[in-house]
Amino acid sequence: MQPALAVQPDEVMKNPAQEARARELSRELRCMVCQNQSIDDSEAPLARDLRLLVRERIAAGDSDAQVIDFLVARYGEYVLLKPRFEGQTLLLWLLTPLALGLGAFGLWWQHRRRARIAARDAAAPELTPEEEARLAALIARPASDQAP
Amino acid sequence: MIAEAGHYALVLALALALIQSTVPMIGARLRDPALMTLARSTALAQLAFVGISFMALVALHVMSDFSVANVYENSHSLKPLIYKITGVWGNHEGSMLLWVSILALFGGLVAVFGNNLPLSLRANALGVQGWVSTAFYLFILLTSNPFLRLANPPLEGRDLNPVLQDPGLALHPPMLYLGYVGFSISFSFAIAALIEGRIDAAWARWVRPWTLMAWMFLTLGIAMGSYWAYYELGWGGWWFWDPVENASLMPWLAGTALLHSAVVMEKRNALKVWTVLLAILTFSLSLLGTFLVRSGVLTSVHAFATDPTRGVFILLILCVFIGGSLTLYAWRASSLKQGGLFAPISREGALVLNNLLLTTACATVFIGTLYPLGLEVLTGERISVGAPFFNLTFAPLFVPLLLALPFGPLLAWKRGDLAGAAQRLYAAGIAALVAVAVLWAWTRGGAALAPLAIGLAVFVIIGALTDIAERSMLFRMPLPIALRRARGLPRASWGTMFAHLGVGVALIGIVCETTWNSELISTLKPGDVAKVAGYELKLDAISQRQGPNYGEMLAHFTVSRDGRPIGAMTPSKRSFATRGMSTTEAALMSRGVSQLYVSLGDTAASGAIAVRIYHKPMVLLIWFGPLLMAFGGLLSLSDRRLRVGAPKPAKAARGLQPAE
Repeated sequence: MQPALAVQPDEVMKNPAQEARARELSRELRCMVCQNQSIDDSEAPLARDLRLLVRERIAAGDSDAQVIDFLVARYGEYVLLKPRFEGQTLLLWLLTPLALGLGAFGLWWQHRRRARIAARDAAAPELTPEEEARLAALIARPASDQAP
Repeated sequence: MIAEAGHYALVLALALALIQSTVPMIGARLRDPALMTLARSTALAQLAFVGISFMALVALHVMSDFSVANVYENSHSLKPLIYKITGVWGNHEGSMLLWVSILALFGGLVAVFGNNLPLSLRANALGVQGWVSTAFYLFILLTSNPFLRLANPPLEGRDLNPVLQDPGLALHPPMLYLGYVGFSISFSFAIAALIEGRIDAAWARWVRPWTLMAWMFLTLGIAMGSYWAYYELGWGGWWFWDPVENASLMPWLAGTALLHSAVVMEKRNALKVWTVLLAILTFSLSLLGTFLVRSGVLTSVHAFATDPTRGVFILLILCVFIGGSLTLYAWRASSLKQGGLFAPISREGALVLNNLLLTTACATVFIGTLYPLGLEVLTGERISVGAPFFNLTFAPLFVPLLLALPFGPLLAWKRGDLAGAAQRLYAAGIAALVAVAVLWAWTRGGAALAPLAIGLAVFVIIGALTDIAERSMLFRMPLPIALRRARGLPRASWGTMFAHLGVGVALIGIVCETTWNSELISTLKPGDVAKVAGYELKLDAISQRQGPNYGEMLAHFTVSRDGRPIGAMTPSKRSFATRGMSTTEAALMSRGVSQLYVSLGDTAASGAIAVRIYHKPMVLLIWFGPLLMAFGGLLSLSDRRLRVGAPKPAKAARGLQPAE
């Protein structure tokens, strides 16, 4: 745990647009010797080196993707805080939408099943003519008869 | 002597837990009331003994008895008294003791306030509680005994990690544990219901207050931790998607879902099987959090000094409890009757949507936290999953959730009227659109998403107020009548309003802080002036000072706006000699709900000092939101129907009541 004062004044680039890009990129890169910090947040010497490296590449005219590729080639996928979408991270990216889809499908299926059961229960057999007549008589009877 | 007494009390608590975990459950099987009531007395006695044990450790820390290893490693005779006390749980062994103390506290509370529970349900629930305590007493006694003595007592201790020497430590872990461990009650009740094979609306009513209480504490605990990180770590971040933060967020998300599904169960007797599963999952995630923090499988700012045997032991506990409870669930859940049909557009339907989205969000956090571990074990490849991943996957789930949120309370049970609800939300919708338009015009060319997100927050806030206005018929009845109606509304309705309001408020804070935060990184010499967001900060002087167990360098700033001085800020750096570590103490100045934030870096040979200055607009709302949520929880908790308790047969002779 280190008192953080990550980006040092002397690192800041002259061109504000380039500096903004550097900061944006720094937030997506991991300081590999730290505990789950981006190089933007960390004040470890390695993070400083990486920040300077990013700025160097930007100053040399690299695009964001080129900077990322450069760092991955040098340090491996571990340096990316947002893993790329590829074979080994397929499930990482797809499990969330899959869970949502499966959940929604399960709910729809459950609803349909229960609605069907309810519909079957509701479809009671037809009344015979005698029962119809008794029902009509019951309904027609004045309410006062039923008063306690 | 005190250490041995504390140790012995813990062993006695284990013995009591063993009795509590077996005898009452056998009693419930045999329908023997005498055996079943034993749960009550053992739970209370256990609380007493754990209490003694915990107080013993506190006493050892306060007296700086360095013959005890735990005190030697984490204390120092010069440490201020408050940190001698809070230092008790600022380490692995002590925090485990706090964990089991809180577990025993909840067991005791169920024993005291559970008089209106059916005898067998109480016996079974406390029995399950006994299993959990047994497992953790064994863990402490076998792998993490805080009372171990040192053969050659040193004269001075090694001091507590300086970052933890902060008032935050007094509140954050106890609150968090009250939340984590509080969910053990819902878990125990869920398992008890599965064992009994019977569950009804009354069950939901008994479980709901416990869940609500745990959820409140967890909400406050997480918010506290976030604020602590914000001011202590010195770069103004308040959420890092750190694995251990995720470990606390997962039970919170599952617990929030549980809170909502329990409402459906209580009111409509539906979603029973799902509610039971959520209760199991929520506590399982709390256990997982405990495992992740203490096993050393994760690297994190929170990870305790680790030891593989502990990791294996907790993994074992985890497998037994999660595996066992899910097996029991798979076996018994079909015996729980489903009830209460409802149309998709209804209050139940809205709460189901809430559950779907919250559990998916929880799953996202789960996957993101554990995927790198799994991948490394399986293929040896190391990848990182950090904030950018979570922002991309987690945030989109909250958009539909927040859009649907105001509709929920306005829909009727069973079959709702979406058009009607939409009509009543006109005002909220218009307010949201106005907010978006105004912000767009004002920040033209700026971030495009931020005004939309603020609009969403406004929609949630006005929507929450609309619900109360509708219920009290404000604007449709004369004001005095509406006010009387508002007073007469159930407290739970007010609780809902405040909690939902809190969500909107927190969202405003989050969006403003991340979008319109201004930052200045600079090297200043005394006399220099820095300008940030319309404020001028003049560095007047740099001074040194000696604290009780540290040396401190302070930088004195005068802050002015438009040439008028408005106050002083003194950020500092403390260096602790014993551990050779230093901490930054950021200076904060609140202006309304926005804050100025100054933290110090290294000093150059020339006498200049590196400084980071932020202006963070609306930042305090991030924590006011959770406070409002917890306040809503408190209101709900005080609702009449929970205080009165569940209905029960009027003339049941207590004690002789058959265990049905």
